[in-house]
Amino acid sequence: MRAKTGLAGGAALLLTLTASQVAAQGLETGGKLLLTGGVSTVEGAGGGGLASWATTTGYGTEGEVGGNVHGTYLKLPDYEFSTWGAAVGLFDRVELSYARQTFDTGDTGAKLGLGKGFAFHQDIVGLKVVVAGDAVYDQDRWLPQIAVGAQYKKNDQGPIIAAVGGRDDQGVDYYVAATKVLLDQSLVLNGTVRMTKANQLGLLGFGGPGKDDYSAQFEGSVAWLANKRLAIGVEYRTKPDNLGFAREDDWADIFVAYAFSKNLSVTAAYVDLGDIATFKDQRGFYISLQAGF
Amino acid sequence: MKNALALVAVLLCANAASAQETPSTEARPWAMPGEEAVDPYTTSDANAGAAPISDPRVLEAFHGREGIERIAGTLVDLSFADPRTAPIFKPFDPVRIKRTLSEQFCYILGGGCAYSGRAMAEVHKDMGLTPANMNALVENLQKAMDMEGVPFAMQNRLLARLAPMKRDVVTR
Ligand code: HEM
Repeated sequence: MRAKTGLAGGAALLLTLTASQVAAQGLETGGKLLLTGGVSTVEGAGGGGLASWATTTGYGTEGEVGGNVHGTYLKLPDYEFSTWGAAVGLFDRVELSYARQTFDTGDTGAKLGLGKGFAFHQDIVGLKVVVAGDAVYDQDRWLPQIAVGAQYKKNDQGPIIAAVGGRDDQGVDYYVAATKVLLDQSLVLNGTVRMTKANQLGLLGFGGPGKDDYSAQFEGSVAWLANKRLAIGVEYRTKPDNLGFAREDDWADIFVAYAFSKNLSVTAAYVDLGDIATFKDQRGFYISLQAGF
Repeated sequence: MKNALALVAVLLCANAASAQETPSTEARPWAMPGEEAVDPYTTSDANAGAAPISDPRVLEAFHGREGIERIAGTLVDLSFADPRTAPIFKPFDPVRIKRTLSEQFCYILGGGCAYSGRAMAEVHKDMGLTPANMNALVENLQKAMDMEGVPFAMQNRLLARLAPMKRDVVTR
Protein backbone atom coordinates (compact mmCIF):
# COMPACT_ATOMS: atom_id res chain seq x y z
CA MET A 1 0.00 0.00 0.00
CA ARG A 2 2.80 2.37 0.88
CA ALA A 3 4.66 1.56 -2.31
CA LYS A 4 1.47 2.19 -4.21
CA THR A 5 0.85 5.66 -2.84
CA GLY A 6 4.56 6.40 -3.15
CA LEU A 7 4.50 5.64 -6.84
CA ALA A 8 1.20 7.44 -7.26
CA GLY A 9 2.68 10.49 -5.62
CA GLY A 10 5.78 10.17 -7.77
CA ALA A 11 3.83 10.08 -10.99
CA ALA A 12 1.61 12.97 -9.97
CA LEU A 13 4.70 14.95 -9.00
CA LEU A 14 6.34 14.15 -12.32
CA LEU A 15 3.35 15.49 -14.16
CA THR A 16 3.08 18.58 -12.00
CA LEU A 17 6.78 19.28 -12.41
CA THR A 18 6.56 18.85 -16.13
CA ALA A 19 3.54 21.13 -16.33
CA SER A 20 5.20 23.85 -14.25
CA GLN A 21 8.43 23.54 -16.20
CA VAL A 22 6.44 23.92 -19.36
CA ALA A 23 4.90 27.10 -17.99
CA ALA A 24 8.25 28.40 -16.72
CA GLN A 25 10.09 27.87 -19.98
CA GLY A 26 7.23 29.22 -22.03
CA LEU A 27 7.10 26.04 -24.07
CA GLU A 28 4.01 25.72 -26.17
CA THR A 29 1.47 22.97 -25.61
CA GLY A 30 -1.62 21.57 -27.20
CA GLY A 31 -0.79 22.09 -30.86
CA LYS A 32 -1.84 18.65 -32.11
CA LEU A 33 -5.17 17.88 -33.70
CA LEU A 34 -7.91 16.36 -31.57
CA LEU A 35 -7.51 12.61 -30.87
CA THR A 36 -4.22 12.40 -32.78
CA GLY A 37 -2.38 11.73 -29.50
CA GLY A 38 -4.37 8.53 -29.11
CA VAL A 39 -5.69 7.36 -25.76
CA SER A 40 -3.91 5.45 -22.97
CA THR A 41 -3.37 1.71 -23.19
CA VAL A 42 -3.63 -0.63 -20.20
CA GLU A 43 0.18 -0.63 -20.20
CA GLY A 44 0.36 3.17 -20.03
CA ALA A 45 1.60 3.91 -23.53
CA GLY A 46 -0.23 6.14 -25.97
CA GLY A 47 -2.32 4.12 -28.39
CA GLY A 48 -5.61 2.34 -28.37
CA GLY A 49 -6.86 0.45 -25.34
CA LEU A 50 -4.82 -2.74 -25.74
CA ALA A 51 -2.38 -1.87 -28.50
CA SER A 52 0.54 0.57 -28.26
CA TRP A 53 0.72 2.92 -31.24
CA ALA A 54 3.55 4.81 -32.93
CA THR A 55 2.08 8.17 -31.95
CA THR A 56 3.33 10.04 -28.88
CA THR A 57 0.77 10.66 -26.17
CA GLY A 58 -0.67 14.06 -25.44
CA TYR A 59 -1.13 17.11 -27.61
CA GLY A 60 2.43 18.40 -27.95
CA THR A 61 3.80 18.89 -31.47
CA GLU A 62 7.45 18.92 -32.50
CA GLY A 63 8.19 22.10 -30.59
CA GLU A 64 5.95 21.26 -27.67
CA VAL A 65 5.31 18.88 -24.81
CA GLY A 66 2.14 17.10 -23.78
CA GLY A 67 1.14 14.92 -20.90
CA ASN A 68 -1.77 13.16 -19.29
CA VAL A 69 -3.02 10.94 -16.52
CA HIS A 70 -5.48 8.13 -17.02
CA GLY A 71 -7.54 5.65 -15.12
CA THR A 72 -9.04 2.50 -16.62
CA TYR A 73 -11.45 0.03 -15.12
CA LEU A 74 -12.44 -3.32 -16.58
CA LYS A 75 -15.04 -5.56 -14.98
CA LEU A 76 -14.75 -9.21 -15.96
CA PRO A 77 -16.98 -12.11 -14.90
CA ASP A 78 -14.42 -13.47 -12.45
CA TYR A 79 -11.92 -10.61 -11.99
CA GLU A 80 -11.51 -6.88 -11.92
CA PHE A 81 -8.68 -5.23 -13.79
CA SER A 82 -7.75 -1.59 -13.33
CA THR A 83 -4.89 0.62 -14.38
CA TRP A 84 -3.91 4.17 -13.77
CA GLY A 85 -0.90 6.00 -15.00
CA ALA A 86 0.78 9.12 -16.24
CA ALA A 87 2.64 9.83 -19.45
CA VAL A 88 4.45 12.66 -21.16
CA GLY A 89 5.11 13.25 -24.83
CA LEU A 90 8.21 15.28 -25.62
CA PHE A 91 8.44 17.20 -28.90
CA ASP A 92 6.28 14.60 -30.64
CA ARG A 93 9.34 12.38 -30.62
CA VAL A 94 9.68 10.69 -27.22
CA GLU A 95 7.11 9.28 -24.85
CA LEU A 96 7.70 8.35 -21.21
CA SER A 97 4.98 6.49 -19.39
CA TYR A 98 4.20 4.91 -16.09
CA ALA A 99 1.28 2.65 -15.31
CA ARG A 100 0.21 0.69 -12.30
CA GLN A 101 -2.02 -2.29 -12.92
CA THR A 102 -4.17 -4.06 -10.35
CA PHE A 103 -5.60 -7.43 -11.18
CA ASP A 104 -8.06 -8.17 -8.41
CA THR A 105 -9.17 -11.79 -8.13
CA GLY A 106 -12.06 -10.95 -5.79
CA ASP A 107 -14.07 -14.03 -4.84
CA THR A 108 -12.22 -16.00 -7.50
CA GLY A 109 -9.08 -15.66 -5.38
CA ALA A 110 -10.50 -18.14 -2.89
CA LYS A 111 -11.29 -20.65 -5.65
CA LEU A 112 -7.74 -20.31 -6.97
CA GLY A 113 -6.42 -20.94 -3.47
CA LEU A 114 -4.94 -17.44 -3.27
CA GLY A 115 -7.42 -16.11 -0.79
CA LYS A 116 -10.45 -13.93 -1.32
CA GLY A 117 -9.56 -10.50 -2.66
CA PHE A 118 -6.04 -11.49 -3.64
CA ALA A 119 -4.60 -8.96 -6.08
CA PHE A 120 -1.63 -8.86 -8.44
CA HIS A 121 -0.02 -5.47 -8.95
CA GLN A 122 2.33 -4.54 -11.71
CA ASP A 123 4.31 -1.38 -12.38
CA ILE A 124 5.19 -0.59 -15.96
CA VAL A 125 7.65 2.06 -17.07
CA GLY A 126 7.64 2.72 -20.78
CA LEU A 127 9.80 4.53 -23.28
CA LYS A 128 8.85 5.11 -26.89
CA VAL A 129 10.78 6.92 -29.61
CA VAL A 130 9.37 7.90 -32.98
CA VAL A 131 11.90 7.00 -35.65
CA ALA A 132 10.16 7.81 -38.94
CA GLY A 133 7.11 9.16 -40.64
CA ASP A 134 4.17 11.37 -39.81
CA ALA A 135 0.96 9.36 -39.31
CA VAL A 136 -1.33 12.30 -40.02
CA TYR A 137 0.42 14.44 -42.61
CA ASP A 138 2.26 11.98 -44.90
CA GLN A 139 -0.89 11.38 -46.94
CA ASP A 140 1.00 11.04 -50.21
CA ARG A 141 3.25 8.23 -48.96
CA TRP A 142 2.69 4.70 -47.81
CA LEU A 143 5.32 5.03 -45.12
CA PRO A 144 3.55 4.96 -41.74
CA GLN A 145 4.74 6.67 -38.59
CA ILE A 146 7.11 4.21 -36.93
CA ALA A 147 8.17 4.08 -33.30
CA VAL A 148 10.24 1.71 -31.22
CA GLY A 149 9.50 1.17 -27.57
CA ALA A 150 10.36 -0.74 -24.44
CA GLN A 151 8.30 -1.45 -21.35
CA TYR A 152 9.89 -2.55 -18.12
CA LYS A 153 7.38 -4.47 -16.01
CA LYS A 154 7.65 -5.48 -12.39
CA ASN A 155 5.10 -7.64 -10.65
CA ASP A 156 4.65 -7.70 -6.87
CA GLN A 157 3.67 -11.37 -6.49
CA GLY A 158 6.95 -13.19 -7.14
CA PRO A 159 6.25 -16.28 -4.97
CA ILE A 160 2.80 -16.90 -6.50
CA ILE A 161 4.21 -16.46 -10.00
CA ALA A 162 6.94 -18.96 -9.21
CA ALA A 163 4.32 -21.35 -7.82
CA VAL A 164 2.29 -21.28 -11.06
CA GLY A 165 5.43 -21.86 -13.12
CA GLY A 166 6.39 -18.34 -14.13
CA ARG A 167 10.15 -17.91 -14.54
CA ASP A 168 10.37 -14.34 -13.40
CA ASP A 169 8.38 -11.57 -11.79
CA GLN A 170 9.88 -8.88 -14.00
CA GLY A 171 10.64 -8.44 -17.65
CA VAL A 172 11.06 -6.06 -20.53
CA ASP A 173 8.90 -5.98 -23.66
CA TYR A 174 10.30 -4.47 -26.85
CA TYR A 175 8.09 -3.32 -29.68
CA VAL A 176 7.98 -1.68 -33.06
CA ALA A 177 4.73 0.11 -33.86
CA ALA A 178 3.50 1.49 -37.17
CA THR A 179 0.56 3.87 -37.34
CA LYS A 180 -1.04 5.35 -40.43
CA VAL A 181 -4.01 7.65 -40.78
CA LEU A 182 -5.76 7.14 -44.11
CA LEU A 183 -7.40 10.55 -44.11
CA ASP A 184 -9.33 10.19 -47.33
CA GLN A 185 -11.00 7.14 -45.80
CA SER A 186 -11.17 8.58 -42.26
CA LEU A 187 -9.34 5.50 -40.96
CA VAL A 188 -6.52 4.95 -38.52
CA LEU A 189 -4.52 1.74 -38.90
CA ASN A 190 -1.98 0.42 -36.48
CA GLY A 191 0.21 -2.66 -36.38
CA THR A 192 2.69 -3.46 -33.64
CA VAL A 193 5.12 -6.32 -33.21
CA ARG A 194 6.06 -6.96 -29.61
CA MET A 195 8.88 -9.16 -28.36
CA THR A 196 7.74 -10.40 -25.00
CA LYS A 197 7.90 -13.14 -22.38
CA ALA A 198 4.96 -11.75 -20.43
CA ASN A 199 2.07 -13.94 -19.27
CA GLN A 200 -1.18 -11.94 -19.26
CA LEU A 201 0.85 -8.74 -19.79
CA GLY A 202 3.14 -9.84 -16.96
CA LEU A 203 0.38 -10.03 -14.34
CA LEU A 204 1.20 -13.75 -14.21
CA GLY A 205 4.91 -13.18 -14.58
CA PHE A 206 7.31 -13.84 -17.42
CA GLY A 207 8.25 -17.10 -19.11
CA GLY A 208 7.07 -20.53 -18.08
CA PRO A 209 8.11 -24.11 -17.57
CA GLY A 210 10.74 -24.82 -20.21
CA LYS A 211 9.92 -21.53 -21.97
CA ASP A 212 12.06 -18.54 -21.30
CA ASP A 213 12.40 -17.17 -24.80
CA TYR A 214 11.01 -14.01 -26.25
CA SER A 215 8.25 -14.57 -28.77
CA ALA A 216 6.98 -12.12 -31.36
CA GLN A 217 3.37 -11.11 -30.80
CA PHE A 218 1.12 -8.83 -32.84
CA GLU A 219 -1.16 -5.95 -31.92
CA GLY A 220 -3.50 -4.51 -34.50
CA SER A 221 -6.02 -1.68 -34.39
CA VAL A 222 -8.39 -0.24 -36.95
CA ALA A 223 -10.35 2.86 -36.04
CA TRP A 224 -12.87 4.82 -38.02
CA LEU A 225 -12.95 8.54 -37.39
CA ALA A 226 -16.66 9.27 -37.25
CA ASN A 227 -16.01 12.93 -36.60
CA LYS A 228 -13.38 15.18 -35.03
CA ARG A 229 -14.18 13.96 -31.54
CA LEU A 230 -15.24 10.38 -32.03
CA ALA A 231 -13.30 7.28 -33.05
CA ILE A 232 -14.81 3.81 -33.22
CA GLY A 233 -12.54 0.82 -33.59
CA VAL A 234 -11.51 -2.74 -33.05
CA GLU A 235 -8.31 -4.19 -31.69
CA TYR A 236 -6.68 -7.58 -31.60
CA ARG A 237 -3.65 -8.64 -29.63
CA THR A 238 -1.92 -12.01 -29.75
CA LYS A 239 -0.30 -13.35 -26.61
CA PRO A 240 2.30 -15.93 -25.75
CA ASP A 241 1.19 -19.12 -24.01
CA ASN A 242 4.03 -19.94 -21.66
CA LEU A 243 2.33 -21.25 -18.55
CA GLY A 244 1.39 -24.90 -18.14
CA PHE A 245 -1.47 -24.60 -15.66
CA ALA A 246 -3.75 -22.50 -17.81
CA ARG A 247 -4.08 -21.60 -21.45
CA GLU A 248 -3.59 -17.98 -22.43
CA ASP A 249 -5.80 -16.52 -25.15
CA ASP A 250 -5.49 -13.64 -27.58
CA TRP A 251 -7.28 -10.44 -26.60
CA ALA A 252 -9.73 -8.39 -28.63
CA ASP A 253 -11.96 -5.38 -28.13
CA ILE A 254 -14.29 -2.96 -29.79
CA PHE A 255 -14.02 0.61 -28.58
CA VAL A 256 -15.44 4.08 -28.81
CA ALA A 257 -13.17 7.00 -27.91
CA TYR A 258 -14.64 10.45 -27.44
CA ALA A 259 -12.66 13.64 -26.90
CA PHE A 260 -14.60 16.30 -25.02
CA SER A 261 -11.64 18.58 -25.58
CA LYS A 262 -7.87 18.34 -25.76
CA ASN A 263 -7.97 18.07 -21.98
CA LEU A 264 -10.45 15.28 -21.44
CA SER A 265 -11.39 12.12 -23.27
CA VAL A 266 -13.26 8.96 -22.43
CA THR A 267 -12.90 5.51 -23.97
CA ALA A 268 -15.49 2.78 -23.57
CA ALA A 269 -14.90 -0.72 -24.85
CA TYR A 270 -16.21 -4.23 -24.83
CA VAL A 271 -13.23 -6.47 -24.23
CA ASP A 272 -12.72 -10.18 -24.71
CA LEU A 273 -9.72 -11.47 -22.76
CA GLY A 274 -10.54 -15.16 -23.25
CA ASP A 275 -9.59 -17.56 -20.48
CA ILE A 276 -7.55 -16.23 -17.57
CA ALA A 277 -5.97 -18.60 -15.05
CA THR A 278 -8.46 -21.39 -15.90
CA PHE A 279 -11.52 -19.12 -15.66
CA LYS A 280 -13.25 -19.11 -19.00
CA ASP A 281 -14.57 -16.36 -21.25
CA GLN A 282 -13.46 -13.21 -19.48
CA ARG A 283 -15.45 -10.60 -21.36
CA GLY A 284 -16.60 -7.30 -20.03
CA PHE A 285 -16.91 -3.55 -20.25
CA TYR A 286 -13.97 -1.25 -20.06
CA ILE A 287 -14.06 2.41 -19.26
CA SER A 288 -11.10 4.74 -19.37
CA LEU A 289 -10.76 8.43 -18.62
CA GLN A 290 -7.81 10.49 -19.75
CA ALA A 291 -7.04 14.03 -18.65
CA GLY A 292 -4.10 16.05 -19.90
CA PHE A 293 -2.80 18.59 -22.36
CA MET B 1 5.02 79.08 -68.77
CA LYS B 2 2.88 78.07 -71.73
CA ASN B 3 5.61 75.70 -72.86
CA ALA B 4 5.85 74.17 -69.44
CA LEU B 5 2.11 73.47 -69.37
CA ALA B 6 2.28 71.90 -72.79
CA LEU B 7 5.09 69.67 -71.61
CA VAL B 8 3.05 68.50 -68.62
CA ALA B 9 0.10 67.75 -70.87
CA VAL B 10 2.29 65.75 -73.22
CA LEU B 11 3.77 63.82 -70.34
CA LEU B 12 0.34 63.05 -68.92
CA CYS B 13 -0.86 61.81 -72.27
CA ALA B 14 2.20 59.66 -72.73
CA ASN B 15 1.61 58.19 -69.27
CA ALA B 16 -2.00 57.34 -70.00
CA ALA B 17 -1.00 55.76 -73.29
CA SER B 18 1.64 53.57 -71.71
CA ALA B 19 -0.85 52.48 -69.02
CA GLN B 20 -3.17 51.31 -71.74
CA GLU B 21 -0.40 49.40 -73.41
CA THR B 22 0.44 47.23 -70.38
CA PRO B 23 -1.04 43.73 -70.51
CA SER B 24 -4.54 43.31 -69.06
CA THR B 25 -4.86 42.37 -65.37
CA GLU B 26 -5.88 38.84 -66.44
CA ALA B 27 -2.27 38.10 -67.17
CA ARG B 28 -0.97 39.75 -64.02
CA PRO B 29 -2.26 37.60 -61.15
CA TRP B 30 0.43 39.05 -58.89
CA ALA B 31 -1.10 42.52 -59.19
CA MET B 32 -4.87 42.22 -59.35
CA PRO B 33 -7.02 45.32 -58.91
CA GLY B 34 -8.17 45.72 -55.32
CA GLU B 35 -5.30 43.58 -54.07
CA GLU B 36 -1.84 44.38 -52.82
CA ALA B 37 0.66 43.43 -55.51
CA VAL B 38 3.26 40.77 -54.85
CA ASP B 39 6.47 40.04 -56.77
CA PRO B 40 5.79 38.67 -60.25
CA TYR B 41 5.94 34.88 -60.66
CA THR B 42 5.18 32.22 -63.22
CA THR B 43 1.62 30.98 -63.06
CA SER B 44 0.90 27.27 -63.15
CA ASP B 45 -1.73 24.90 -61.78
CA ALA B 46 1.21 22.92 -60.41
CA ASN B 47 1.62 25.75 -57.89
CA ALA B 48 -1.58 24.48 -56.23
CA GLY B 49 0.53 21.66 -54.82
CA ALA B 50 -1.91 18.79 -55.36
CA ALA B 51 -3.74 17.05 -58.18
CA PRO B 52 -7.51 17.56 -58.50
CA ILE B 53 -9.96 15.08 -56.98
CA SER B 54 -12.14 13.63 -59.71
CA ASP B 55 -14.95 12.24 -57.51
CA PRO B 56 -17.87 14.65 -58.16
CA ARG B 57 -19.44 13.82 -54.77
CA VAL B 58 -16.66 15.75 -53.08
CA LEU B 59 -17.31 18.95 -55.04
CA GLU B 60 -21.00 18.53 -54.35
CA ALA B 61 -20.38 18.16 -50.62
CA PHE B 62 -18.50 21.48 -50.69
CA HIS B 63 -21.48 23.10 -52.44
CA GLY B 64 -19.52 23.81 -55.59
CA ARG B 65 -17.53 26.94 -56.31
CA GLU B 66 -19.73 29.14 -54.13
CA GLY B 67 -19.37 26.90 -51.11
CA ILE B 68 -15.62 26.76 -51.64
CA GLU B 69 -15.43 30.55 -51.85
CA ARG B 70 -17.32 30.85 -48.55
CA ILE B 71 -15.03 28.30 -46.89
CA ALA B 72 -11.85 30.03 -48.11
CA GLY B 73 -13.29 33.37 -46.96
CA THR B 74 -14.17 32.03 -43.52
CA LEU B 75 -10.78 30.36 -43.16
CA VAL B 76 -8.96 33.60 -43.92
CA ASP B 77 -11.20 35.57 -41.53
CA LEU B 78 -10.62 32.99 -38.80
CA SER B 79 -6.86 32.99 -39.47
CA PHE B 80 -6.68 36.79 -39.09
CA ALA B 81 -8.74 36.62 -35.87
CA ASP B 82 -7.28 33.56 -34.13
CA PRO B 83 -4.56 34.71 -31.68
CA ARG B 84 -2.51 31.63 -32.66
CA THR B 85 -2.23 32.73 -36.29
CA ALA B 86 -3.22 36.43 -36.35
CA PRO B 87 0.34 37.80 -35.93
CA ILE B 88 1.50 35.70 -38.88
CA PHE B 89 -1.28 36.84 -41.19
CA LYS B 90 -1.43 40.49 -40.09
CA PRO B 91 1.12 41.95 -42.57
CA PHE B 92 -0.60 40.39 -45.57
CA ASP B 93 -3.57 41.14 -47.79
CA PRO B 94 -6.65 39.09 -46.92
CA VAL B 95 -8.32 39.91 -50.24
CA ARG B 96 -5.56 38.24 -52.22
CA ILE B 97 -5.31 35.24 -49.89
CA LYS B 98 -9.08 34.68 -50.07
CA ARG B 99 -9.05 34.73 -53.86
CA THR B 100 -6.02 32.49 -54.35
CA LEU B 101 -6.98 30.07 -51.57
CA SER B 102 -10.44 29.76 -53.06
CA GLU B 103 -8.92 29.04 -56.49
CA GLN B 104 -6.57 26.48 -54.95
CA PHE B 105 -9.35 24.62 -53.12
CA CYS B 106 -11.58 24.82 -56.19
CA TYR B 107 -8.79 23.40 -58.37
CA ILE B 108 -8.04 20.57 -55.93
CA LEU B 109 -11.71 19.75 -55.37
CA GLY B 110 -12.24 19.32 -59.08
CA GLY B 111 -14.24 22.53 -59.49
CA GLY B 112 -12.47 23.34 -62.74
CA CYS B 113 -10.78 26.56 -61.57
CA ALA B 114 -7.27 27.55 -62.58
CA TYR B 115 -4.90 28.35 -59.73
CA SER B 116 -3.23 31.69 -60.29
CA GLY B 117 -1.33 31.95 -57.00
CA ARG B 118 2.19 31.09 -56.00
CA ALA B 119 3.64 27.73 -55.02
CA MET B 120 3.30 26.76 -51.34
CA ALA B 121 7.02 26.58 -50.59
CA GLU B 122 7.55 29.97 -52.26
CA VAL B 123 4.78 31.73 -50.30
CA HIS B 124 5.49 30.34 -46.85
CA LYS B 125 9.26 29.94 -46.86
CA ASP B 126 10.11 33.04 -44.81
CA MET B 127 7.35 32.71 -42.22
CA GLY B 128 9.14 30.22 -39.95
CA LEU B 129 5.94 28.20 -39.51
CA THR B 130 5.73 25.40 -36.92
CA PRO B 131 3.73 22.16 -36.86
CA ALA B 132 1.49 23.83 -34.27
CA ASN B 133 0.78 26.70 -36.71
CA MET B 134 -0.14 24.13 -39.33
CA ASN B 135 -2.52 22.32 -36.97
CA ALA B 136 -4.10 25.63 -35.95
CA LEU B 137 -4.78 26.37 -39.61
CA VAL B 138 -6.26 22.90 -40.11
CA GLU B 139 -8.51 23.38 -37.07
CA ASN B 140 -9.78 26.64 -38.51
CA LEU B 141 -10.30 25.01 -41.89
CA GLN B 142 -12.32 22.27 -40.17
CA LYS B 143 -14.35 24.98 -38.47
CA ALA B 144 -14.95 26.72 -41.79
CA MET B 145 -16.01 23.45 -43.43
CA ASP B 146 -18.29 22.68 -40.47
CA MET B 147 -19.91 26.09 -40.90
CA GLU B 148 -20.54 25.26 -44.55
CA GLY B 149 -22.03 21.92 -43.50
CA VAL B 150 -19.47 19.74 -45.28
CA PRO B 151 -19.65 16.19 -43.86
CA PHE B 152 -16.56 15.09 -41.90
CA ALA B 153 -15.59 12.29 -44.29
CA MET B 154 -15.69 14.76 -47.21
CA GLN B 155 -13.66 17.31 -45.22
CA ASN B 156 -11.01 14.64 -44.87
CA ARG B 157 -10.86 14.17 -48.64
CA LEU B 158 -9.63 17.75 -48.95
CA LEU B 159 -7.39 17.54 -45.89
CA ALA B 160 -5.74 14.40 -47.34
CA ARG B 161 -4.66 16.48 -50.38
CA LEU B 162 -3.47 19.42 -48.32
CA ALA B 163 -1.65 17.39 -45.66
CA PRO B 164 1.57 16.68 -47.60
CA MET B 165 1.97 20.43 -48.17
CA LYS B 166 3.00 20.59 -44.53
CA ARG B 167 6.49 19.71 -45.77
CA ASP B 168 6.51 22.85 -47.95
CA VAL B 169 4.84 25.13 -45.45
CA VAL B 170 6.39 24.18 -42.11
CA THR B 171 10.02 25.18 -41.90
CA ARG B 172 10.69 24.88 -38.17
C1 HEM C 1 -1.60 23.17 -46.36
C2 HEM C 1 -1.57 24.33 -45.74
C3 HEM C 1 -1.65 25.66 -46.41
C4 HEM C 1 -2.14 26.01 -47.63
C5 HEM C 1 -2.78 25.09 -48.65
C6 HEM C 1 -1.95 27.43 -47.78
C7 HEM C 1 -2.33 28.15 -48.90
C8 HEM C 1 -2.02 29.48 -49.13
C9 HEM C 1 -2.27 30.21 -50.34
C10 HEM C 1 -2.95 29.64 -51.56
C11 HEM C 1 -1.80 31.44 -50.18
C12 HEM C 1 -1.82 32.60 -51.21
C13 HEM C 1 -0.76 32.40 -52.23
C14 HEM C 1 -0.47 33.63 -53.05
O1 HEM C 1 -0.68 34.75 -52.54
O2 HEM C 1 -0.01 33.46 -54.18
C15 HEM C 1 -1.26 31.51 -48.85
C16 HEM C 1 -0.69 32.64 -48.31
C17 HEM C 1 -0.41 32.76 -46.98
N1 HEM C 1 -0.42 31.77 -46.04
FE1 HEM C 1 -0.83 29.85 -46.36
N2 HEM C 1 -1.36 27.92 -46.68
C18 HEM C 1 -1.16 26.88 -45.80
C19 HEM C 1 -0.61 26.96 -44.55
C20 HEM C 1 -0.39 28.13 -43.89
C21 HEM C 1 -0.11 28.26 -42.49
C22 HEM C 1 0.01 27.07 -41.52
C23 HEM C 1 0.02 29.58 -42.22
C24 HEM C 1 0.28 30.23 -40.91
C25 HEM C 1 -0.34 29.88 -39.80
C26 HEM C 1 -0.15 30.28 -43.46
C27 HEM C 1 -0.04 31.64 -43.60
C28 HEM C 1 -0.13 32.30 -44.82
C29 HEM C 1 0.09 33.74 -44.99
C30 HEM C 1 0.43 34.72 -43.87
C31 HEM C 1 -0.09 34.03 -46.35
C32 HEM C 1 0.07 35.37 -47.05
C33 HEM C 1 1.42 35.45 -47.73
C34 HEM C 1 1.55 36.55 -48.76
O3 HEM C 1 0.55 37.14 -49.17
O4 HEM C 1 2.70 36.81 -49.18
N3 HEM C 1 -0.40 29.38 -44.45
N4 HEM C 1 -1.39 30.30 -48.23
